[in-house]
Amino acid sequence: MFPKLVPMPSPNLLTERDADKTPILECINLGINFGGLAAVENFNMAIGRTEITGLIGPNGAGKTTVFNLLTKVYQPTKGTILLDGNDTHNMTTAQVNRAGIARTFQNIRLFNDLTVEENVTVAMNAHMHYNMWSGIFRLPGFWKEERVAHERALELLSIFNMADLADTKAGSLPYGAQRRLEIVRALATNPSLLLLDEPAAGMNPSETAELMENIRKIRDTFQIAILLIEHDMNLVMNICEGIAVLNFGRIIAKGTPEDIQSNPAVIEAYLGKQKEA
Amino acid sequence: MKKLRIKQHTRTDFLTYLGVIILFVVMNILKSNGTLSRSLTGQLVPICCYMSMAVSLNLTVGILGELSLGHAGFMSVGAFSGIVAAMSLQNIIPAVPLRLAVAMIIGAAAAAIAGAIVGTPVLRLRGDYLAIVTLAFGEIIKDLVNCLLVGYDSKGLHMAFNLTGSKTIDDLGMKEGGIAIIKGAQGATGTTTIATFTAGFILVMVTLFVVLNLKHSRAGRAIMALRDNAIAAESVGINITKYKMMAFVTSAALAGAAGALYGLNFSSLQATKFNFNTSILILVFVVLGGLGNLWGSLIAAAALTVLPELLRAFSDYRMLVYAIVLILVMLTTNNPTLKTFFSRFKLHKPTGKEAV
Repeated sequence: MFPKLVPMPSPNLLTERDADKTPILECINLGINFGGLAAVENFNMAIGRTEITGLIGPNGAGKTTVFNLLTKVYQPTKGTILLDGNDTHNMTTAQVNRAGIARTFQNIRLFNDLTVEENVTVAMNAHMHYNMWSGIFRLPGFWKEERVAHERALELLSIFNMADLADTKAGSLPYGAQRRLEIVRALATNPSLLLLDEPAAGMNPSETAELMENIRKIRDTFQIAILLIEHDMNLVMNICEGIAVLNFGRIIAKGTPEDIQSNPAVIEAYLGKQKEA
Repeated sequence: MKKLRIKQHTRTDFLTYLGVIILFVVMNILKSNGTLSRSLTGQLVPICCYMSMAVSLNLTVGILGELSLGHAGFMSVGAFSGIVAAMSLQNIIPAVPLRLAVAMIIGAAAAAIAGAIVGTPVLRLRGDYLAIVTLAFGEIIKDLVNCLLVGYDSKGLHMAFNLTGSKTIDDLGMKEGGIAIIKGAQGATGTTTIATFTAGFILVMVTLFVVLNLKHSRAGRAIMALRDNAIAAESVGINITKYKMMAFVTSAALAGAAGALYGLNFSSLQATKFNFNTSILILVFVVLGGLGNLWGSLIAAAALTVLPELLRAFSDYRMLVYAIVLILVMLTTNNPTLKTFFSRFKLHKPTGKEAV
């Protein structure tokens, strides 16, 4: 028998588990066109306040484009993004970050010539208030805030056991440590939603297992929502409470890991259609 | 166990200040001994100005990572506004050091305003637009000052633009006893030279202080972050335009202060002094000293200002030898073999596990 196409799950399926609270992020009919190509279309999604959600799909499905839309690297041509109930329309990338969305990048983007600690403290910039003159003349505000930032940076780095690397140049870190540093830097902006773009890319199984633990730990300690793009199905199925599958810029399935694993549309997107005998 | 942690940059900064102080003391001793040749003594203030220019340009090119080809334009703005300020305040502020300080502050303010005007539209863009616009800015300032007439009398400042080429300083309609400060293409002549080597030393120290402290504050981190990766900097909430402006305007203001001191060192100064060649010369100091490396800029500025004087022996071939020296220095400082050789003598070994 060749599998029938299952009906699309309701757009709000993910929120049902966080039903008591409003979602931290809601995308309504989000879409972007590059010329005539609809890279993402009718993207509907809601993420609970402390939920780990996975965004998966074949290569070129538009997953990173969704991240770029959420963080306003691209301005959406259609639809609305509600962050904690507030429309992020017309916000810049920096403003969206200050409103609560932090992200990591698929191809690592660290500040290579800064030290590990500086990479983290630079992300606290929006939460520091001393002005340029206190910085130049080293007024008390400078010392007070810099000390707090230094301590908080070491604390955040210790989540990933990186506190002793604080004075190393970020560019000279090994690959895995650079990936972890990106997560720490994103956390330093004090987000309510963390976007991880392929956090396990290039990691070996034991590193991935450790990363999984850390992602859970981050969610539990900071009580934040996490949306991650990942190709490592083991990781996705283990830690995500909800999964959305994207193909050709459209969501083809949503649900719990169990639902997704047995969803024929997903299997078709990844493995191709079964030929009728 | 907690131990006192002296960051590496703190040590480098301290050594830079110390180096400047030692150089100042040594030069003063040599000057009072009479060991220093006349031409070199005359170069002391310009060297300080160029050192300060190099450090301030390093803020734009090395720390912010934007190419500026019109730094001499800001120097020019600072120089001529500083001269006007110093000349017109002659009776109001009789104390020379105070007048010099006020003139330098006014020069810095004027250059900062010019920097803000140039930077506001350009720094919103990404790419090499700043280089093009600052290049044009330098040329425009040169032409503007070339037709600028400024005089001062008991009624205050008089200013006119000699756009048609028919106006002279007499057209300002000054009262008896008025002084002409800037006379168009003739430039500023008859300026009372009040610049001193000590003022130059203070200027270099203040420039270093401002740039180093700015670099190691939250603003400096943000500036370096957006240089390293603008997209990532934005993603952690950094307002790119704001910090670009901060670095660029600070750099312009410091160049203005240096320009004011430079202008008050010569009784006669023309706008053509601050042409494209001067901008490139300052850029050469920065590149030769190393991008983002402030003590390197200081040394390069001092060496390359003195070098043409020392090369007088080669007379006609002076600029040729100058170019060859530049090329040789560039080659040797970027030579990997020599780099590894010298790194053996480095006191500081990188701590922290680099590959875990």
